[in-house]
Amino acid sequence: MLLRHTTAEVAERTALTINPAKTCQPIGAMYAALGVHSCLPHSHGSQGCCSYHRSTLTRHYKEPVMAATSSFTEGASVFGGQANLLQAFETIFTVYNPEMVAVHTTCLSETIGDDISQIISKAKAEGKIPEGKHAIHANTPSYVGSHVTGFANMAKSLVTNFAEGTGEDKKQINLLPGWVEPPDMRELKCLAHRMGVDVVMFPDTSDVLDAPQTGKYELYPKGGATIAQIRSAGDSIGTIGLGHSASTRAASALEEKCEVANEMLELPIGLQATDRFIEAMRIMAGVKVPDVITDERGRLLDMIADMHQYVHGKRVALWGDPDQLVSLCDFLVCLDMKPVYIVTGTPSTRFEKRVRAVLGDSVPDAKIRKGAGADMFLMHQWIKQESVDLLIGNTYGKYIARDENIPFVRHGFPILDRIGHAYFPTVGYRGGMYLLEKILNAFMDRQDREGLEEKFELVM
Amino acid sequence: MAHDAHEVKKEMVAIYPKKLGKKRAEQIVVTELGPDGAVPEIKANVRTSPGIITQRGCAYAGCKGVVIGPSRDILSITHGPIGCSFYSWLTRRNQTRPPTDSDPNFINYCLSTDMSEQEIVFGGEKKLKAAIKEAYDAFHPKAIAIFSTCPVGLIGDDVHAVARQMKEELGINVFGFSCEGYRGVSQSAGHHIANNQLFRHVVGLNELTHEEKFKINLLGEYNIGGDAFVIEDLFRRCGIKLIATFSGNSDYDSMANSHTADLNLVMCHRSINYVAEMMEKKFGIPWLKINFIGAAASAKSLRKIAEYFDDAELKAKVETVIAEEMPKVDMAQQDVKSRCQGKTAMLFVGGSRAHHYQVLFNEMGMEIVAAGYEFGHRDDYEGRKVLPTIKVDADSKNIEEIEVRPDETRYVPRLSPERKAQLTDPELEFQDYVGMMPEMEDGTLVIDDISHHETERLIELYKPSIFCAGIKEKYAVQKMGIPCKQLHSYDYGGPYAGFEGAINFYREIDRMVNMKVWSLLKAPWQTLEPRPDPAPVAAD
Repeated sequence: MLLRHTTAEVAERTALTINPAKTCQPIGAMYAALGVHSCLPHSHGSQGCCSYHRSTLTRHYKEPVMAATSSFTEGASVFGGQANLLQAFETIFTVYNPEMVAVHTTCLSETIGDDISQIISKAKAEGKIPEGKHAIHANTPSYVGSHVTGFANMAKSLVTNFAEGTGEDKKQINLLPGWVEPPDMRELKCLAHRMGVDVVMFPDTSDVLDAPQTGKYELYPKGGATIAQIRSAGDSIGTIGLGHSASTRAASALEEKCEVANEMLELPIGLQATDRFIEAMRIMAGVKVPDVITDERGRLLDMIADMHQYVHGKRVALWGDPDQLVSLCDFLVCLDMKPVYIVTGTPSTRFEKRVRAVLGDSVPDAKIRKGAGADMFLMHQWIKQESVDLLIGNTYGKYIARDENIPFVRHGFPILDRIGHAYFPTVGYRGGMYLLEKILNAFMDRQDREGLEEKFELVM
Repeated sequence: MAHDAHEVKKEMVAIYPKKLGKKRAEQIVVTELGPDGAVPEIKANVRTSPGIITQRGCAYAGCKGVVIGPSRDILSITHGPIGCSFYSWLTRRNQTRPPTDSDPNFINYCLSTDMSEQEIVFGGEKKLKAAIKEAYDAFHPKAIAIFSTCPVGLIGDDVHAVARQMKEELGINVFGFSCEGYRGVSQSAGHHIANNQLFRHVVGLNELTHEEKFKINLLGEYNIGGDAFVIEDLFRRCGIKLIATFSGNSDYDSMANSHTADLNLVMCHRSINYVAEMMEKKFGIPWLKINFIGAAASAKSLRKIAEYFDDAELKAKVETVIAEEMPKVDMAQQDVKSRCQGKTAMLFVGGSRAHHYQVLFNEMGMEIVAAGYEFGHRDDYEGRKVLPTIKVDADSKNIEEIEVRPDETRYVPRLSPERKAQLTDPELEFQDYVGMMPEMEDGTLVIDDISHHETERLIELYKPSIFCAGIKEKYAVQKMGIPCKQLHSYDYGGPYAGFEGAINFYREIDRMVNMKVWSLLKAPWQTLEPRPDPAPVAAD
């Protein structure tokens, strides 16, 4: 057994996390910063943070992930990291020439209390940030929140640094996609385009973290929201924020700074969450939903109706981030499946209430845990007590899947051992179809592999 | 080689701000073997300038990730916010094989104190103690290791005091590592810290004795992709008794018993030479630099061991094993040479692999055009003979050097002074490492701590057939149309050690440099002589 020391008996823990269902803020800030065109993320801390974040994001996308670091040594940790960051700006703009550097902090620089705003001002005054170039920052202490918090903080920083209300009424909608994958961002833009809605979307990692192989390497690939686009967000009709954990801060900042009203929605994963997203766009932009989208919805419905027998009543354990989990539960319930164990290491006040509401009467005894102490070890113990039919979560679930022989659909971050998430969306109706196909395949492949020979089915 | 390496160097550093350019110029040298085997001096193990996109990681990664992580039954707890433990969770491919299904194996678990703001402000020792107790209750390990992350050192948590207290309370071995990420200038500091604590808290605690004649430890082999399994098998066939490996496929008891060996074999000099030196001083166990990467290197390493023990039976067994293995290796070599001969490679990785893997490429008839370490020191480049001349700077000064004296009862010199005096052949590398540069062709570029900028320029200028590095470099290199082989993780393949591993590696590189996709990068309509666009078909 891979996890041979995990037993069914749960001893409450107050201090020890085992097999976490979250990671730290800075990696989320790095991911968000990659969604701005010609932006180099910068990690203000020890080299290891930057190296770990780049490695994890690279393994997840199998794409280059470039970022610089302040390379703290013991001296910087004692005397502060100002000299390091000033030197970093000079080197970065000279050697790597981005339009913008997006600095995020780490537990190290937060603990010593470096004032990044002040350092950026000093760098500007000293000419270390060339005219017309930009440096922004987000405070992302690793000991607060989770990777999702870091994403939210950097997204907010984009707003506070760039969004501007000029008084002009731009016929466009701001779309804050939340922490979703590049193909999801592409799909969101595509849906908006097909509805005839102009959107400003940021961060936007499509064409950055799924750049084509051309034989020519681009340090700054063609994708990413431009600073001009983010600036114009202050003049938009309104903002649709997707995912409360990842997008609320940016949406609120836009409202506060530029008086752009927002509507917060859950990530459009699955039928009904996508319905709500399309409906919100339709109303906010005052457009009609084209038949091509309604037809797509119909195809997803058709798939559900045709294949319902394979999924209904199945018990599912899920772990990951609040925004994804709420929407996934919504989708599973709509398939008449039963999400029974739901775990996120990310603290969220809204999460449990919302999941309970989504589950309604269908899974009254669901076990839900969030924040400190909510980890995959505990979830595995629940599974040992009473097993499930399906696991949905990041790659770390494969150890449970193998030990307990449970079908496993990978969703979330990070996925280190499969490739689909980097190319195929799970948002929108098409995303729902892709997700449902994966769930069906997991069940049906198992039936084909392990069912009795006399019960082997040609047609399913 | 078509390029003048000196010109390339000048070109590469031209873009840097002046001071940085000057520093980088000292970290880039062109090899030239002088009389008496002298090589040019390279600046290494120095700070990476802030803002540089570097390959390097931190002391925590070197300590927990590299040296201690591969051991399966020391329960590792990371004391800090969640990230460090998360990123070092199973990402290094240290394979391990517990003897039975019921033996402990903690390698698939990730334990953290998940420090929150509260502990940053009020101190984390209380939480650490509670976490150790909870970990003990859940896993009942023989030993618990605690790893400090950056904020721990800053807020002043005394992990060593907590370890002592919990050791007392639980009656098991508990020890801490001050491997905060800001220590030193790279992973290398973490290796040293790990070595110190293993030596201080583990080595010598298990007095189990062994009857076998040829008892060795294998140091600096971490069983990435199953390398250690291959080497273990070679030892078994030669009749060599492996007491402990530091630390691939290892367990706590064997490491605690390692002082009973009669020879230490040093595979990765950078990460483990400290333990080898300290065991020599305390227990009288000499060490040999060996290398099981490359078929010829593997054969040579086995012969070195036999030469050390100077036993006819062992020598005969070693020759038998080599004779059994080499025909398969030769056949594979001939096969891949027909497709790989004359192709070029660059290696920028680690603290020994950039040297070791050159052997494999040479065995395939490929040429090394540039190489360098991510976190090597001058002795890894120039050989241990430069050790007395290495200046210790402020960043290295704060890594503890343990003062070691001979153990009062257990110091036993394994060799007589006369026998020792016979082992001076430099080829034998008895308590010596000749380093990377003396074994490289003149005129080759050696670059320490290569930056992303230098990587890009180097590839543009040389267009090597293959580039070897790590995960962070891999896909940038491949976007340039050049295959990149990861030499940390082996791209989830391997093993590459020993004879069997050499064959695996030849085939892998043959696959990578000859894969069709690199010739399909242009669509038909992007080729040099485009056909005229067809006349538009009336649409509306």
